[in-house]
Amino acid sequence: MQSILKRTMFYILFIGIWEGLFRLCIWPEYVLPSPVSVFKTLIHGFQNHTFLIGIASSMKRIAIGYGISIVVGILLGLLIGRVRIFEETLGSFITGLQTLPTICWLPLALLWFGLNDRAIIFLVFMGAVLSITIATDAGVKSVPSLYIRAAKTMGAKGWKLYLEVIIPAALPHIITGMKQGWSFAWRSLMAGELLIVCLGLGHLMMIGRELNDMSQVIAVMIVIIIIGILVDRLFFVKVEQRIRERWGLVKG
Amino acid sequence: MSESAGIENLTYKVIDHGYPVKADNEQQKSHNVNGVWPKLRVQHISKSFQSKNGRVYVLEDINLEIQQGEFVCIVGPSGCGKTTLLNIVAGLEKADSGEVWADDHKINGAGSDRVVIFQEAALFPWLNVVKNVEFGLKLKGINGKERRNIAIEYLKMVHLSKFQHAQVHELSGGMKQRVAIARALAMNPEMLLMDEPFSALDAQTRWILHYELQNIWLKTRKTILFVTHNIREAVCLADRIIILATSPGKIKKEFLVELPRPRDDNDVNVAGYSTMIMKELKAEINKVMKCEMDADSCVECDIKCTTEVPAKTDIGGGI
Ligand SMILES: Nc1ncnc2c1ncn2[C@@H]1O[C@H](COP(=O)(O)OP(=O)(O)OP(=O)(O)O)[C@@H](O)[C@H]1O
Ligand SMILES: [Mg+2]
Repeated sequence: MQSILKRTMFYILFIGIWEGLFRLCIWPEYVLPSPVSVFKTLIHGFQNHTFLIGIASSMKRIAIGYGISIVVGILLGLLIGRVRIFEETLGSFITGLQTLPTICWLPLALLWFGLNDRAIIFLVFMGAVLSITIATDAGVKSVPSLYIRAAKTMGAKGWKLYLEVIIPAALPHIITGMKQGWSFAWRSLMAGELLIVCLGLGHLMMIGRELNDMSQVIAVMIVIIIIGILVDRLFFVKVEQRIRERWGLVKG
Repeated sequence: MSESAGIENLTYKVIDHGYPVKADNEQQKSHNVNGVWPKLRVQHISKSFQSKNGRVYVLEDINLEIQQGEFVCIVGPSGCGKTTLLNIVAGLEKADSGEVWADDHKINGAGSDRVVIFQEAALFPWLNVVKNVEFGLKLKGINGKERRNIAIEYLKMVHLSKFQHAQVHELSGGMKQRVAIARALAMNPEMLLMDEPFSALDAQTRWILHYELQNIWLKTRKTILFVTHNIREAVCLADRIIILATSPGKIKKEFLVELPRPRDDNDVNVAGYSTMIMKELKAEINKVMKCEMDADSCVECDIKCTTEVPAKTDIGGGI
């Protein structure tokens, strides 16, 4: 309760100072809009559906790109984690690629796919896939051999061993990788949308910039922050916490 | 005083009866009595490992037969290759030479006809208790409802049906091991292979589980191969005790235990048998002691343990 109170106080103070600075008229409105106009733009954006369309198209891209990266990342991670030859070859290659900032894939994406959706989806994919691969690999390597032996004596083999034992046992690592992958994917999505005309949230910010409409820029930023918080805090942190408890990794 | 005198008498009596000792390294020919195969035949199994200091010969020419419904314990000092032998029987490890037969087929890899119960329960934390028990049944392709019924039946057998929806991390060590037993039994395997399943538990829990395991065995008559380094545990559980010698592991002796069941760890007869076997094993223990630690003090302690302190009958719990 205390902390909620403190936080509310903080935000009231923050908005108060912001409004105060605005009223001092030091900067023109396209540099510093009033919180009220930002709020109005936010409401307006949702009322005329532009923000909803923006959110929907951004979400669609990240769902596709991130979805593919989960599948590919887990498969690659399993290969590297379980098969010696892939570990020695692909493993080091992927660790190397990981050092490359995702946005550096943009020129390549543009040449391969052109200025369109697929280029952005590719960026999203590249943002997440390496983290998920590396985390899955680490997870697979940390699966206690006892689980695998126990499963084998109960008749588990082949892909069922992977599906029923290795992947679930590695899940705490995989979720951590997915969480990290999500934040990279979200960043690359925004970077891509800022540069490519596409109706997404990033594009809405660029429209704001082109119209010198700072309230729109800030309103969209707020939407992006809120989505980020919802996904990270309300989804990943909770899921991660629950999995770690369940797997007995945290002392309850 | 009177109790220890009783043990002495019993010990002699046992030897007089002549069951315990079979000839050393008696060659066991595999046979097919009246068309019935022994449940398990281990034939000329040898196994070595490559270590930094050269090859370690762990098992040498092990021959062993277990009949349907027999409860056999393998006892031996630490490092003599008990786990290795069990793993070979389970199909989790490959022998250098020799064969293992289950009924009429040669073993080649792990299979659900020989379920292993390990020292740690090896329950899967991502499944709750009843789903853990269902695990093997699901692999067998048994449908959901039937699977649940079977699982609950076996959870009842280990008195844990109340905990069917509990998570694994909510259970105590003894409860986990009981779930592991239920999980293995639910598979209805031909054979249960147990590798020191109770050694991580406290004496009291172990005592309860010895009792439960015997009752389960009386009910199901599963063939059980049970590895332990605790002689009293072996006497309490087994029909037949096989003693493995160290470096390289060979079958040294066999003892038949013919006491009524269910037996109690602290029963005078069980204690008497343990003492007797302990004496037989003294030479072997000495050998390990010499290798690994201060010989005098430990041997003395061990012998005291078997005759006077029933709860600590491990052949050198520390080895
Ligand atoms: N994978 C391995 N590589 C090298 N040496 C091994 C390996 N597994 C077992 N050994 C060696 O084989 C010997 C027998 O091991 P094993 O685990 O079978 O002993 P054990 O009788 O089960 O002992 P304990 O009572 O302590 O469990 C030991 O000396 C051990 O060092
Ligand atoms: Mg062992």
